[in-house]
Amino acid sequence: MMLLSGDPPRGRVLSALLIVIVLALALTPFLFPGAKAMNVAAKICIFAALVASYDLLLGYTGTVSFAHTMFYGIGSYALAIALYGMGPTWSAVAVGLVVGLPVAAMLALGIGLFSLRVQAIFFAMITLAVASAFLVLASQLSWLTGGEDGRSFRLPELLRPGTVLLSKDTLGFEINGRTLTYYIVFAASGAMILALLRIVNSPFGRVLQAIRENPFRAEALGYRTVFHLTYANCISALVAACAGVLNALWLRYAGPDTSLSFSIMIDILLMVVIGGMGTIYGAILGATIFILAQNYLQALMGAASRAAGEIGLPLLPGLLHPDRWLLWLGLLFIASVYFFPTGIVGRLRAPAK
Amino acid sequence: MSVTLETRDLTIRFGGHVAVNRVSCVFRPGELTAIVGPNGAGKTTYFNLISGQLRPTVGQVLLAGDDITRLSAPLRTRAGLGRAFQLTNLFPNLSVEENVRLAVQAAAGVHYDMLRPWMKRADLIARADAILEEVALASRRAVAATALSHGDQRKLEVALMMALEPKVFMFDEPTAGMSVDEVPVVLDLIARLKRDTSKIILLVEHKMDVVRSLADRIIVLHNGQLVADGEPAAVIASPIVQEAYLGIAPGKTAA
Repeated sequence: MMLLSGDPPRGRVLSALLIVIVLALALTPFLFPGAKAMNVAAKICIFAALVASYDLLLGYTGTVSFAHTMFYGIGSYALAIALYGMGPTWSAVAVGLVVGLPVAAMLALGIGLFSLRVQAIFFAMITLAVASAFLVLASQLSWLTGGEDGRSFRLPELLRPGTVLLSKDTLGFEINGRTLTYYIVFAASGAMILALLRIVNSPFGRVLQAIRENPFRAEALGYRTVFHLTYANCISALVAACAGVLNALWLRYAGPDTSLSFSIMIDILLMVVIGGMGTIYGAILGATIFILAQNYLQALMGAASRAAGEIGLPLLPGLLHPDRWLLWLGLLFIASVYFFPTGIVGRLRAPAK
Repeated sequence: MSVTLETRDLTIRFGGHVAVNRVSCVFRPGELTAIVGPNGAGKTTYFNLISGQLRPTVGQVLLAGDDITRLSAPLRTRAGLGRAFQLTNLFPNLSVEENVRLAVQAAAGVHYDMLRPWMKRADLIARADAILEEVALASRRAVAATALSHGDQRKLEVALMMALEPKVFMFDEPTAGMSVDEVPVVLDLIARLKRDTSKIILLVEHKMDVVRSLADRIIVLHNGQLVADGEPAAVIASPIVQEAYLGIAPGKTAA
């Protein structure tokens, strides 16, 4: 993880946690071969990259954007529409990438140049407006996007679950197209996070921090902050769009609920805050904890509730009833923000410094 | 060719109030000019007009003969105007070292390099270290700027300007609010800069003893107007300065 950036995680517990998470994600197809575990692991990979790209904006430049899911959606839809329209071929995948990523970057450039030179609140409002417009467009242009239903599509032969690359007889477990898709998601997400780490630790990244700290002084030093902010916005949008492509690739589907909705935006915000803003590493921890809680808290509570019921404790079985999982998720977040205002990474790094 | 800084008829109006009123002045290399005047005379506004934080209503700023009036603050900095602010203006949560490194990086023109890690730029790191030594902040290098004492923050403010290696140094009350034993460190720094005769140094200062010991020339601003300009001894002795500092409106005695 200290690869390429000169910014190690700093802190033994933090390093250990990151190694455990990365190893678990790398070995998921063998350790937890079930469909649900694979889905959760892929989602963690994709969101770690997505959240890291949001951290570049929020944590490093202090810019609040509500358009992040829009870029995520552009990536998802680009791949989905290309594969839906052109059939399950690799050239369709290429078209999706070649169209989707530049569209995301250009849109980010436009929004940035238009609104980043004025106050931050204006930028936040503009992104909110553009993102809302995009959401409406995506659900109205049914002929293109499939409307509320979204677009399901088939992947190229190689990536389909039915394609067996290594049969069970050779190694004791099967490697099929789905496994390969997972590793594409894993590797691409990892590469994006490493790239972001590299960027934030570059001279450019330092200027971003300077702008967050004191934009007026950054200008007085000779930095034209509008350009730095706009570039950061474009990079962030590009990575988000790539994460969107991976999302569509994994789900074989793109629709408003899985790639554009504002609830995803809120999830991203929570993950950044829980993990620790301005660290990039926080994105990995935030995404892991959030998505694990989202997927397994309910089951865990069900088990706890039953156990409490069997012992005959009063009140607890009701409180821990699986239907109450959202309440507990909310309490967990409040507690984490209260106890770790600088996020988990900030907390784990603090004593070292 | 010597690089001069010039303001021509520099004027800014805020509504009906004329904060700086037709100030024309030429500043030459090797000269330390002190700008004095009572509170509200327009000294800091004049600085802001020169370094680009404010745009003039009328008038021009010229550096080495080029009209830089239309340039933004960052571009003026790149053209060679260095500014240390009156109200300390740092990157509060970054360390002292990182503050200076940012200025060194700006001076080196490294703006958008996003592919190489910072730590690989040994040249920039060495330069920042040298500046930290020079302003006697090396021992505080890892401390966040916000945690420094007021005096050390002022020193860091000056360090950022020095790191820019500007042609024009603009000090805005560098010793304001400093304790007695901290003042000499900053004055020494300014005196050392003075030895480089290719630099233009502007100094806004209230303390007359500081002005007297450092300045080659004094200009006096009063109600936004340039009311006196000349040798320190002569200007200080002139009735207009005596009166301006006593708070009596000029004009009555100004011939």
